[in-house]
Amino acid sequence: MKEFNAFLRKEFLHIFRDRRTLLVLIGLPTMLIVLFGFAISTEIRNVSVGLCVPDGDMTALRLMDKIDRSRYFTYVASYQSEEDIDLAMKRGEIDVALMFGDGFSSGLYSHDGSEVSVIADATNPNNASMEVMYLSSIISGYFREEFSAGMSGQTAGALVPNIRMLYNPQLRSSYNFVPGIMGLILMLICSLMTSVSIVREKETGSMEVLLVSPVKPINIVLAKMIPYLVISSAVLVIILLLTIFVLKVPVAGSFFWMILVSLIYIILSLGLGLFVSTVVKTQIIATLICGMIFLVPVMMFSGMLYPIESMPVPLQWFAQIIPAKWYIEATRKIMIEGVSVQYVTTEILILTGMAAVVFAAAVIKFKDRLE
Amino acid sequence: MSETDSIVICGLKKSYRKDLPPAVDLQEEVRIRKGELFGIIGPDGAGKTTLFRLLATLVLPDGGSATLEGLDIVRDYRKIRTLLGYMPGKFSLYSDLSVRENLEFFASAFGQDIERNYALIENIYGRLKPFENRKAGKLSGGMKQKLALCCSLIHSPAVLFLDEPTTGVDPSSRRELWENLAELKESGMTIVVSTAYMDEANRCDRVAMMKSGRFLTVDSPSDIISGFGKRLFAARSDEMFRLLQDLRAVPDVDKCYTFGDTHHFTLRDCSHADAAVLASQLASCSGHRNVEVKEIRASLEDCYMNLEEK
Repeated sequence: MKEFNAFLRKEFLHIFRDRRTLLVLIGLPTMLIVLFGFAISTEIRNVSVGLCVPDGDMTALRLMDKIDRSRYFTYVASYQSEEDIDLAMKRGEIDVALMFGDGFSSGLYSHDGSEVSVIADATNPNNASMEVMYLSSIISGYFREEFSAGMSGQTAGALVPNIRMLYNPQLRSSYNFVPGIMGLILMLICSLMTSVSIVREKETGSMEVLLVSPVKPINIVLAKMIPYLVISSAVLVIILLLTIFVLKVPVAGSFFWMILVSLIYIILSLGLGLFVSTVVKTQIIATLICGMIFLVPVMMFSGMLYPIESMPVPLQWFAQIIPAKWYIEATRKIMIEGVSVQYVTTEILILTGMAAVVFAAAVIKFKDRLE
Repeated sequence: MSETDSIVICGLKKSYRKDLPPAVDLQEEVRIRKGELFGIIGPDGAGKTTLFRLLATLVLPDGGSATLEGLDIVRDYRKIRTLLGYMPGKFSLYSDLSVRENLEFFASAFGQDIERNYALIENIYGRLKPFENRKAGKLSGGMKQKLALCCSLIHSPAVLFLDEPTTGVDPSSRRELWENLAELKESGMTIVVSTAYMDEANRCDRVAMMKSGRFLTVDSPSDIISGFGKRLFAARSDEMFRLLQDLRAVPDVDKCYTFGDTHHFTLRDCSHADAAVLASQLASCSGHRNVEVKEIRASLEDCYMNLEEK
């Protein structure tokens, strides 16, 4: 025990002597979460809308006024024909346009009804479908108001879908991003921290004297992990505070389980870093492996950017071994959906199992000789 | 194995790569007694460091075996590590920890505390005491070496390995180190030390001359010198470089090599030339001025140079 305490003390001293690295370790996640949470957003804002109303129909203009007042759209200009709209879109003046047919208002009361075309620039299909969805919901909302005020009863037969967006009623993208970003940042920071820790001693040569002492591999690995676990917990608290108070994403479910799942994930990530550190020979390679090789699968296969369900089957299998996938799923459930813990037991068990395997691998791979 | 042997090497072989000759390739049996100060001398690349790492259980041998205090270096490596002190050639302590913290760490890593074995390092640590709170990385070369020695001694090892402890250290620190080693030897510690400086080897009880992974000879310095069976001369003239060529051209001369500011050469066994004859021969035939030739006693380095070619 005395030996272990000496090791632990030494590791803490290493970390706190190196103030600059410590600052990066705490500053980097803070910066990333704010950056991802604010700047990288899939929401649409200030979309430029063009209008084509050949006969200056009043209903059409009132509708346009309502669209312009919403915070998603801005009215830009009126055009005479479809060709003009096409040209304006090519010039980049507008992203989306509304084209009304002749006699729009009178048509509304006729048997055939009247038509409005929504034309969107689908160069970016995600944005285009989002813009179209928002526009149509404004349009149908407008007519529901108009008609219920003016001619109640007549539209009763019409089918109006009642759409409710559960758990994220405002469709804020930060609800989707925060669990993903947490999974990404914790994995990145934690594995980076520990990945250099053992290999640094190999590089400076202190491993040579360390190994000649009767210390056991498991003690070295544990002593390397514990100080970083403390730092990671601080990082976790900072991230949670930022999400709740700055990004305004509340933890809907149990705070306790949220922290517990995160701690399991942190230990798993620290273990991965230690494993890398026991295998490679230089700090540069350790950093590259954690920064590049770990980062890409976490981005691609964790369900953070692309839904796993829509991937080809072999890739779906591959996604199952990505720890971040399970963590992000668990966080979405606890943080956003707010479900109770029995619905996340699978994720918790899988993460715990992975952590155990990774740690065993790091201890086994730790060579107590120089080769 | 007898009770008095501390280290017994029964042939040891280690090669790092298949296409390279082995780094260590000892074929004979070598016994190092308890409480002996044993020197390994040889040039860079002779395999000294690899031999230390083999004996310190840091690398596994490809062939042969060795025991330390009766413990096998492969099988009982955990036990060996508790009674071994090892100071690598490269400074290997923690530069960001202070002198005191380094010492404390290495004491605790062996489950000891500084007080218990302080007597052992008192003489060496006394010089470091004023710098106790300085970071190890900010110490001078000699001070680093002293600290490293303290750290390898703090658990009171039975066997101490020092890999080139005097490389890059100033002459007075070197002398101090050898004095310290002599004191430690008095306490009964077995000490194996490697060096590239032949003059230091005289302080060892026995030395092994190492070259290309092999021991050329293992004996006490005085026996090695008295076993030098040839006549040895030192020569000097105004044109040292040409003198080397000309000496090598003399039929009586067997081996000739630069030694400090003179050239040393040995004569063939059948030759009966003496210093004066050789000097006049060099002056008249090759036109050297201020030629000085005198017969000298061999040093360890001369022995090493002449052993090499066997």
